[in-house]
Amino acid sequence: MKKMKKFLAVVLTLGLLASAAACSSPSGESSAAPSSGGASQASSAPSSGGQKTADFKAAMVTDTGGVNDQSFNQSSWEGLQSLQKETGAKVRYLESKQASDYATNLDKLADDENNLIWGIGYAMAGAIGNAAKQNPDLQYAIVDNGYDPKTMPSNVAGVMFRAQEPSFLVGYIAGRVTKTNKVGFVGGQTSAIIDQFQYGYQAGVDWAAKELNKKISVSVQYAESFSDSAKGKAIASKMFSDGCDIVFHAAGGVGVGVIQAAKEANKYAIGVDRDQAYLAPKNVLTSAMKLAGRAVEMVSKDAMDGKKVGGKTYEFGLKEKAVGLPENNPNLPKEVYDDAIKLQQKIIDNEIVPPYNKDTYGKFKA
Amino acid sequence: MQISEKYAVQMRGIVKTFGSLRALDHVDLDVRKGTIHALLGENGAGKSTLMNILYGLYQADGGEIYRNGKRVRIKGPNDAIRLGIGMVHQHFMLVENFTVAENVILGREVTNSLGVLDMKRAREDVRRIVEKYGFQVDLDAKIEDISVGMQQRVEILKALYRGVDVLILDEPTAVLTPQETNDLIGIMRNLAAGGKTIILITHKLKEIKQSSDACTIIRRGKLIDTVNPQTVDEETLAAKMVGHPVRLVVEKTPAQPKDAVFEIDRLSVRDKRGLPAVKDLSLKIHRGEIFGIAGVDGNGQNELVEAITCLTRAESGTIKINGEEIQNTTPQNVIRHKISTIPSDRQRHGLVLDFSCEQNTILEKYRSSPFSRRGVLQNGKIAAYAEKLIRDYDVRPSTCALQPARGLSGGNQQKLIIAREISNEPDLLIAVQPTRGLDVGAIEYVHKMLVHERDAGKAVLLISLELDEVLSVSDTVAVLYGGSILGTFRQDQADEKTIGLLMAGGKQHAVNG
Amino acid sequence: MRLTAKILKKPITSALIAIVCGFLVAAVVLAAAGYNPWQAFGALFSGMFARPKYVSNVLIKAAPIILTGLSVAFAYKTSLFNIGAEGQYIVSAIVVTLLGIRLNLPAPLLIPVLLAAGMLAGGIWGGLVGLLKAKYGIHEVITSIMLNWIAFYLSNYIVNLPAFHQPDSTGTYPIRESGYIMLLPNWKRSPQGMAALSRIPWLREVMMRTDVNFGILIAVFMAVLVGFVLYRTAKGFELRAVGFNRDAAQFAGIDVGRSLLGSMLISGALSGLAGCVAIMGAAPHNISTLAAFENNGFNGLSVAFIAGGSPVGCIFAGLLFGGFLYGGQTVQADVGAPSEIINIMMGTIVFFMALSKLISTLADRLAKGSALHAE
Repeated sequence: MKKMKKFLAVVLTLGLLASAAACSSPSGESSAAPSSGGASQASSAPSSGGQKTADFKAAMVTDTGGVNDQSFNQSSWEGLQSLQKETGAKVRYLESKQASDYATNLDKLADDENNLIWGIGYAMAGAIGNAAKQNPDLQYAIVDNGYDPKTMPSNVAGVMFRAQEPSFLVGYIAGRVTKTNKVGFVGGQTSAIIDQFQYGYQAGVDWAAKELNKKISVSVQYAESFSDSAKGKAIASKMFSDGCDIVFHAAGGVGVGVIQAAKEANKYAIGVDRDQAYLAPKNVLTSAMKLAGRAVEMVSKDAMDGKKVGGKTYEFGLKEKAVGLPENNPNLPKEVYDDAIKLQQKIIDNEIVPPYNKDTYGKFKA
Repeated sequence: MQISEKYAVQMRGIVKTFGSLRALDHVDLDVRKGTIHALLGENGAGKSTLMNILYGLYQADGGEIYRNGKRVRIKGPNDAIRLGIGMVHQHFMLVENFTVAENVILGREVTNSLGVLDMKRAREDVRRIVEKYGFQVDLDAKIEDISVGMQQRVEILKALYRGVDVLILDEPTAVLTPQETNDLIGIMRNLAAGGKTIILITHKLKEIKQSSDACTIIRRGKLIDTVNPQTVDEETLAAKMVGHPVRLVVEKTPAQPKDAVFEIDRLSVRDKRGLPAVKDLSLKIHRGEIFGIAGVDGNGQNELVEAITCLTRAESGTIKINGEEIQNTTPQNVIRHKISTIPSDRQRHGLVLDFSCEQNTILEKYRSSPFSRRGVLQNGKIAAYAEKLIRDYDVRPSTCALQPARGLSGGNQQKLIIAREISNEPDLLIAVQPTRGLDVGAIEYVHKMLVHERDAGKAVLLISLELDEVLSVSDTVAVLYGGSILGTFRQDQADEKTIGLLMAGGKQHAVNG
Repeated sequence: MRLTAKILKKPITSALIAIVCGFLVAAVVLAAAGYNPWQAFGALFSGMFARPKYVSNVLIKAAPIILTGLSVAFAYKTSLFNIGAEGQYIVSAIVVTLLGIRLNLPAPLLIPVLLAAGMLAGGIWGGLVGLLKAKYGIHEVITSIMLNWIAFYLSNYIVNLPAFHQPDSTGTYPIRESGYIMLLPNWKRSPQGMAALSRIPWLREVMMRTDVNFGILIAVFMAVLVGFVLYRTAKGFELRAVGFNRDAAQFAGIDVGRSLLGSMLISGALSGLAGCVAIMGAAPHNISTLAAFENNGFNGLSVAFIAGGSPVGCIFAGLLFGGFLYGGQTVQADVGAPSEIINIMMGTIVFFMALSKLISTLADRLAKGSALHAE
C-alpha cells in the first residue's frame, strides 16, 4: 500500500517535473500588474525603489494546504514572486505538511536572516506569535488574522481583508440574475472570516431585492470543512433541487464540489478567492476575488521601505484593489456588471458599508 | 549408448543447480520406444527434476535432449506436448463440475465450421481412446463424483487425447488403493503394447518389479545404474537407491498389549465444507500396542486427527484418554493430557521452519519451567535441552541447534519432531504419515522409534496411506473407508488382498480382531 | 567473491544499498529538473545537521514515526500487516487532546494518565482489528483501512465541537501545560534557567528554540523493550511462532486467536504512544482539522520496512525518515527544488528495500559463480 503510494509519488512527480521543465518561464503572471495604491495606513508610501532593496529578504510559510493550493497560499507566493521581479528582493517559501511544522518552519526562516516572515492563514496565528517573541528583531506578518496584542508582540502585523465587500457585490449580482428568487451560500468552517463572506453576500442580495422590489431568499449552509468537496457537491445539489439557481461558496476545496454541482445541474455558482471561471466556464457566474498576493506584496514593500509594519492590522478592501470582481465575466449581463461597478465605487467612497457579521448585518438591514 | 531412432527419449549430460544445490549432475537417460521405464530414487534424488526438464517446466543448465534420435529444445510444456511428451502430476488439474469428457477435451475443443463446439465428435474421439486402451471410465460422470483413481485416468486420457506418445507419470500410485494400482499397471501395459512409451517416477520397488521393462536409478542427482528389474531383486534395487544395504522388514517382537488407554466412541466429524467426514467411528488402543489405520487419502484421516487434537469440532461422540474426555477442548488441553502428535505435514504443522532447531524443540513447552521464568526465556536451559535432544535422536548436522529448521533435510526435520513429541513422554503417540517423503534409512529409523515407544508401554496410533507400512508396523490394523472403520484385524490375520478390498469400500469379510 | 556474497546477504547491506540508490535516483531527477544535486543534498544535510537545534528537531520529528514504525514491525512479526497505525495514532491524539484539555491535574499525575489513555485508545483501535481477525477471520488490512477513515472523520468531528474548538482557528485548544513532556519547560523560561543556559550557547539554542522532549528517549526505550519482548520472552516466542507458521503454532497448543488479538493490542498501543508523544511533546499541542492523513502512521510502514522489521533498526530508519522530512524542507527553501524530490528519494529507498530479495538472489548468484569457478 505504502509502497504503491510511494511509487505513485515517484511516477507522478516525474511527470510533474517534466511538465514544469517544459514551461521555463516563472509563474506569477496573475499579479504582475504594478500596484498603484498602498495599504490604507500606508497609502502615502512611495512606490518601490528603496535603498535596501537588494539585500531585503522576505519568506513565507504555507499552511497545510501547500503552495499549489489554487488559493491563498498560491496567491501569496505569487505576490512574493512579483515582489522579487519588481524590486530584486530575495524571496522563498517553506511548505507545512502538518500543523506541527509551523513552528519549525518559521524557526528555520528566522535562521536565514529574513527581514520579513509571512505566515499564511489564521491557523498559524499561535505559531507566528511565538516565533515573533523569540525573534524580536525580525518582522512578521500573518494573512487572514488580525494583530492581537494579547498573544502577539509588536513585531507582528495582521493582514485582513474586507471580504464582505466583494461578497456584497456578488450578492448583488446574484440578486439581479436569479430567476427563481432563491439563492444559496455554502460556507466552510464557521469563523469570523467566513462570516464576512456570508453577511456581505446576504446584504448584497438584499440590496438587489430592494432595487427590484421583490423578495429573494438566501439559504445558508456550512460544510464544516475546507476540503471535503463531496460534501460541497451534496449541499449544493440539494440547494439547486430546492429551487436555488445561484450558489456562492466560501469554502476552499469544498467549493470545487459546489461548482461541479452547478455544472451538473446547469445552474450558476459564484467562485471565491480567485477567478474560478476556469473550473466551469459556462456555470461560474462571477467570483468574489480576495487577492492575498496583492496584500502580501504591498505589506512587504512597506517593510522593505524601512517602515515598521508590526503592531497593527492592515485592512484590505476594494479601495486597495486587493479584493474585487474579475474583469471578464462572460456569463454576466453587461448592465448587471456595470451596476455592480457603480456599487463598488459607492463602497470605496464609504457610501455603503457592507456588514461583516451578524450584528452589523442586523444594523445594515435596519 | 548411441543416439538412435529406437529410443523415444534420450537425455545426455543433464545438469541442473538450484542455488548452491546441484540437483542433477550429468545424468543420462535412454528410454526405448514402447516400453515402461521406471525412474527410481529417494525423495530429492532428482528424478522429478529430470522429468520436469523433459516436460519443459525447468530449463537444464547443461546437457542435451533427443527425441526419436533428433536433438530437440524444450522451452516449456507447449514444446513438450508438440513433441508428443505428456506428464501427469501428483496433483490433478481437473475442473470439478465438468464431466470426464469435457475435462479431456478442455483446451483442445473440436469445433465445426461455424466455430461451435462439436461435442459429439469430440466425445467420439475420446471414446475411441478409452476403448483402445481398456480404460473403464464413465465419460459423462462429473469429476467431483468419481474416485481419485478414476480422476487419474482422466489425466492420462487428457494427455493421450493431445496425441502424446511419451507419457510421464509422477508417483502415480501414491493416491491409489492396491487394486487401483493393479488396474493402473494394466492400463500402462496396454499403452505400451499400443506403442506408447511410459516413464514412471516412483520409489516403490514392488511396482517396478510388477510393471517395468527397465529401471534407471538416481541418487543425489547422479545416475547410478540402469537395470532390468525383472532380473534384479528388491533388496538390490533398494541398496542402489540408498547407497548401502537396507533391511526392508520391520523387526519387532509380538505385542504385549495391556489396559486400554485411549478410546473413541461413536465419533462423528464434519469436514470444512460441512459434509460428514468421520461417521460413528469407535476404536480402542491399549498400552503396548501399535494401532494402524489403513485407507486411501480423503477417507476421513485428516478430520479424525483434527478431532483428536481439537483443531476441529467433534459433532458427536466421545474421545477419552485415561478415562477423561477431551473432545472439543483445546490443543493445549490435548497436549496436557499426554497425547503427542507427529503430524502428516511436518512443514506446515510440525515445525516453524524459520525458527531455529533449538526453538522448535520447545514449541510446546516454552511457557513452562525451566524454559521460561516469569515470562522470560531461559536461553541456557533451552540450549542444553535442545543439545540433548539433537544428540539423543541423532539429528544431523549435530551443529544445527541455532540454524533454522528449514535447512534440515526432510528426514532430520522428522527426527526433530519425533524427538520433541517423544520427549513429552506421552501416553498416546499419534503418528500420521510419519515416513512421507523420507528416504529408506529414515523410514527404518522412524519405524524403529514407533516400536520402541510401544515397547516402552505407550499406545501408538499410526495413520498412513502406505498400506505396506501399516501392515508391517502395526499390531492391530483397521481400515478406514468413508469415515468409518470397515474392519479391524490382528497383524497376523491381515492379508493385503482383504484389506485392499476394504480400502476400496468392499464388503467386510473378516471377523473383528 | 564469497565475502562479497556474505556481505550482500546482511540486511543492513540491503538497507544501505537502497539508501544509496535512493540518492542516485533523486540526483538524476534533480539534474533532469535543472537543479544541482550536490547543492540539493548539501542543503538536505545542512538542514538536518547544520545547527544543534536542527538535530534536535530531527529527533523530535523522528520520535513518533519510530514508534509507529515499531508498531508496524511488531505486528509484522505476527504476520499481521498493521496498515491501521495511522488510525491508531489519530484516536490516541484525539483522546490525549480531549483529556489534556479537560483534566486539571498536576504534571506527575497528568502525564502518566495521558500516556496510558493514549496507549489504551490506540490499543483498542488496533485490538478491534485483531478481534475481528481472530474471531471472524476478516482481513486486517480491510478493517484497518476502514478504521483509519473512521478515526480521520472522528478527529475532524471532535475538532469542530464547540466545547473544544478554539475560535478562529482550525484546531482545538492546546492541552494543559502540565501535560507537556518537554524537557524542563518551566525552568528553561525562568530567569535562573535563562541564566544557566546563556553560558552554553548550543544547549540554549536547543532548549529555547525547539520543543526538546522525552519523545526520543521513550521511542528508544520502547524499541529496546519491544526487541526484548519479541526475542527474550515467552510471549514474544509465541507471537513469532504464530507469525512464522500459524498452523504449526496452533498444532503446538498456542492459542492463535489470542496471540493475534494481543499482537494488535500491543501494536495499536505503540501507535497510540506515538500520538501521545506528538501531542504532548511538541507545538501546537492540539489536533486540528485534517484535510488529508498526516502520514504519521503510514510513514511507520516505510520505517518498519526500511528497518527490515527489526525493532532497533526502526530507531535508525525513523531517524533517517525524520531527518529527510525535516531536512527536505530546506532543499525546497535553499535550492527551490520541490519537496516532492525528497518523497521520490524516500519512495526509491522503500522501493529498493522491496527489491532486497533481488540483492540476496544476486548474492546467491555470486556464491554459485565462485563455487563453479572453484571446481
